[in-house]
Amino acid sequence: MEIKIRKNILEKNLTEADKNRSFFREKKVFVLNMMSSPGSGKTQTLCRTLAQLMPDIQVGVIVGDICTTNDADRLAKTGAKVTQINTDQFGGDCHLTAPMIDTAARQLGCDDLDLLIVENIGNLVCPAEFDIGENARVVVLSVTEGEDKPVKYPLMFQVSEAAILNKVDLLPYLEFDAALAVENMKTVHPGMPVFELSAKTGQGFEPWLEWLRRQL
Amino acid sequence: MHEMGIAQELVRIALEALPRDLKDPKVASLNLRIGKLSSVVPHSLTFCFEIITKDTPLEHARLDIERVPVVIRCDTCGRQWEADTPVFRCPDCENGQVQMISGREIDIDSLTLME
Repeated sequence: MEIKIRKNILEKNLTEADKNRSFFREKKVFVLNMMSSPGSGKTQTLCRTLAQLMPDIQVGVIVGDICTTNDADRLAKTGAKVTQINTDQFGGDCHLTAPMIDTAARQLGCDDLDLLIVENIGNLVCPAEFDIGENARVVVLSVTEGEDKPVKYPLMFQVSEAAILNKVDLLPYLEFDAALAVENMKTVHPGMPVFELSAKTGQGFEPWLEWLRRQL
Repeated sequence: MHEMGIAQELVRIALEALPRDLKDPKVASLNLRIGKLSSVVPHSLTFCFEIITKDTPLEHARLDIERVPVVIRCDTCGRQWEADTPVFRCPDCENGQVQMISGREIDIDSLTLME
């Protein structure tokens, strides 16, 4: 006997993500989901972003990591409201889910925020699959990775509304073809804006900030 | 990676779908539709599923996984095509405004009970 079910296996997460979206709409906060592989410079990009946006724009950050509060500690120095999610002490989930964001957002308090940035767990695969109720997704690739990462991890680049190519200050020392990396991103996601910048030196940062301000 | 979480949700949904009046139900197979662009590895999903279904009505159930092709439609010229490489630009008009028709499914379609 066959029993019809016809359900998305991730429906529970999707329902929770929709609830998050309603909550964020009610609080009038724009939510950005920032994703990348480990070590691409998400935290440093955020530190500089927060320093430039605040205090005109009130920003909160939810940081996801398997363990440690290192990133949250760095980000808290900017004066932003920061909360850390640890998925497990020695190797938990490799992505954030909608229920985790619900708990963290309520803990952080969203009443006075204009922008909430979620720094997802470093991973180019799983986070792309889990809706957390965000308004936009940004993927960060750095020039110390590889030009072909967008075509190796197409879902991540396909679901993101914008991309950052970070650490461009290192280009003179590397055999990294930045034009090819951007072309690969645009093959997977034509029309997606790509911001080539250095979170360390601030080079190329203004177009990224302009894009972000326009979203709010 | 995240296949364990997906396997756990799959088990929850399948157990909920079992008729409550059946005594000692045994599931023969779960029929899934997994899009080729979704980041789910069927082998890993099956591995996780086998581990967590021991001593449940789903023990020894087979996962029949249909891989759904990535089908894209161009917003500008309406061309629809099946992509076998991660290129999301219209081959006709080269436009980048496209819709994903299929390829991201992580669905359970049905389950089959043992006779």
